[in-house]
Amino acid sequence: MLAYIGRRALLAVFTVWAISVLSFVIIQLPPGDYVSSYIAQMASMGSVVSDEEAQNLRIQYGLGQPIYVQYWKWMKQIAEGNFGFSMEWRRPVTEVIGERLWLTVVVAVAALLLTWVLALPIGIYSAVRQYSLGDYLATFIGFIGLAVPNFLLALVLLYLGFTLFDAHIGGLFSPELQDAPWSLARAWDLCKHLPIPALILGLAGTAQQIRIMRANLLDELRRPYVVTARSKGLSEPRVIVKYPVRMALNPFASTIGYTLPFIVSGSIIVSLVLGLPTVGPLLLRALISQDMFLAGTIVLLLGVMTVIGTLISDILLVWIDPRIRLEDT
Amino acid sequence: MAIATDAGSVPGAPIADAQRVFVASQWQLMWWRFRKHRLAVASGIVVAGFYLVVLGADFLAYSDPLASEAQRSLMPPQPIRWFHDGRLRPHVYGFKGARDPLTFKRVYQPDPGQKIPVRFFAQGFEYRFLGLIPTSRHLVGVDPGRDASVTLFLLGTDVQGRDLWSRLMYGTRISLTIGLLGVGLSLVLGVVLGGFSGFYGGAIDTVIQRVIEILRSIPTIPLWMGLAAALPRDWSILQVYFAITIIISLLGWTELARVIRGRFLALREEDFVVSARLVGCSQMRTIFVHMVPSFMSHIIAAATLALPAMIISETALSFLGLGLRPPAISWGVLLQQAQNVQTVAISPWLMIPAIPVIVAVMAFNFLGDGLRDAADPYGR
Repeated sequence: MLAYIGRRALLAVFTVWAISVLSFVIIQLPPGDYVSSYIAQMASMGSVVSDEEAQNLRIQYGLGQPIYVQYWKWMKQIAEGNFGFSMEWRRPVTEVIGERLWLTVVVAVAALLLTWVLALPIGIYSAVRQYSLGDYLATFIGFIGLAVPNFLLALVLLYLGFTLFDAHIGGLFSPELQDAPWSLARAWDLCKHLPIPALILGLAGTAQQIRIMRANLLDELRRPYVVTARSKGLSEPRVIVKYPVRMALNPFASTIGYTLPFIVSGSIIVSLVLGLPTVGPLLLRALISQDMFLAGTIVLLLGVMTVIGTLISDILLVWIDPRIRLEDT
Repeated sequence: MAIATDAGSVPGAPIADAQRVFVASQWQLMWWRFRKHRLAVASGIVVAGFYLVVLGADFLAYSDPLASEAQRSLMPPQPIRWFHDGRLRPHVYGFKGARDPLTFKRVYQPDPGQKIPVRFFAQGFEYRFLGLIPTSRHLVGVDPGRDASVTLFLLGTDVQGRDLWSRLMYGTRISLTIGLLGVGLSLVLGVVLGGFSGFYGGAIDTVIQRVIEILRSIPTIPLWMGLAAALPRDWSILQVYFAITIIISLLGWTELARVIRGRFLALREEDFVVSARLVGCSQMRTIFVHMVPSFMSHIIAAATLALPAMIISETALSFLGLGLRPPAISWGVLLQQAQNVQTVAISPWLMIPAIPVIVAVMAFNFLGDGLRDAADPYGR
């Protein structure tokens, strides 16, 4: 079991490294180096950067040195908690991102939880009552969920909410609590606003999970041990929940690794449509105005958090599935 | 199972039918099996329809997709009315434009008094049909010239007064070819890397599998956004088009590689592959003459299933303003105008480009499912 977790952790470290390289590439891609853009930006606002300051910045970021040195210096600063300076906001990147990162996590986790809460019972129902009306309904909604890109779904819901109920369904907070400090009222307000974004983000994943759960459970229900359990006189719910559902759950859990990146990806663009205060709108703005340290940091942090989430799900999987625990190769 | 029922389903000549199955080629068997998947066949027809639109976009469009006119901003759709006085006389109602006295917005009222006849195969702007034949005939149109108020906007107009129907036709062309090209590129990467991985196994396999795992655990949209935002602003439409295709397929090949590796692994130990190796076929010959044809169908199915993701990616990027940029037209570019709820609430027809996206994604998914089931006609 430890060997398994160790392997996953090692892969996670590699993934984080790959993400950091890709983020660095994104920072490097626009023409010109950071300091020249910084000077130009300052000049456009009417302030002048002294030669000395420019020189200091060049040394700090290792500009003019080989690319791997620059990467190394960037990484070293990140290790010290310094993510660079946002040109557009003229504040440190960490300050600009602030609580938006945590709100992104909250939205993603809510979507993931909702996926599970919906997919598990619906999947079980679909398998146990195969070809029933409910099964067809679940299949139909599933196909819609897979076929409609989530940002279009957000757009349609926003439109329906606006025209039918005259309500704005976007956002994560009521206007009066938008900038308020954290309090119980604000947390409750967040909870009230969460379901719609979570549903939009989670629908595609839910659809997929329902199909996986249904297929797995159908396979398991035909196994001889189910017949044995029935013939021993176990009650029907117990027969189903105790063994086949537990067996069918394994592939279900192992797909979180792919669901989470998908949800995080989707949250960026859905946040834009719904106007959620996550890092999504920030990233788009940073990319358009070529505020590269901010953009690179957001890509890096999103990636790292996805990897951590995936690692947690891997460990959960070991906990659920004794076969992996005992495999230990 | 399917073969047996296929042969037995026609009463009368079971023996002849059984023989037909025995002598049928692999592709023939696949076609028989595919045909039974009704939904997939219907989806195949829809997909074929979409690609006909791709070919004939300029014939189906009736006005220049870039011709804008501030006077006709945000006009509602004009549905075709087929009958007049009980006879087939396709026409649309004209519009009376006026200013709302309160908001000073332009509002349009359909005017039943003014009937504009719709002509088929009408004259319009000049283009080359299929890129070859110069012509100016279009599927529908109105008599041009006479009067500025004589217009045809089947799906309404956008903010700049451009005809949505015509733009949708051109957008379909770009969105669907980008998907196709993207899948093509992913396929090259997938076949090469997945093939290496599955055929050789060992260390190469491990490395490629880990790379795939890493790529799959990274959220793609932020990365795409980062890469797409770095494209120089002064690039031409064509350059951006290819760059976006490459960006999308760079991260989209992993699923295809996984499928292809799986097929290689499954076939590597098959008798016919072993015997090909034993009689001294070169590696290249073993792969391309003996192995690839036997899972060609799987590749086609996997590629079809990969297309929707490509279409959605392009639409999403363009929707954000990071993908294709106007004057290029794609579904995503068209949907950009629907970003603002207030605008959409007043002019709901701006959401129409979402319909082909959803229909295309569904059709490709069903078609891919059917192809995947048919890909292995000997199984089960």
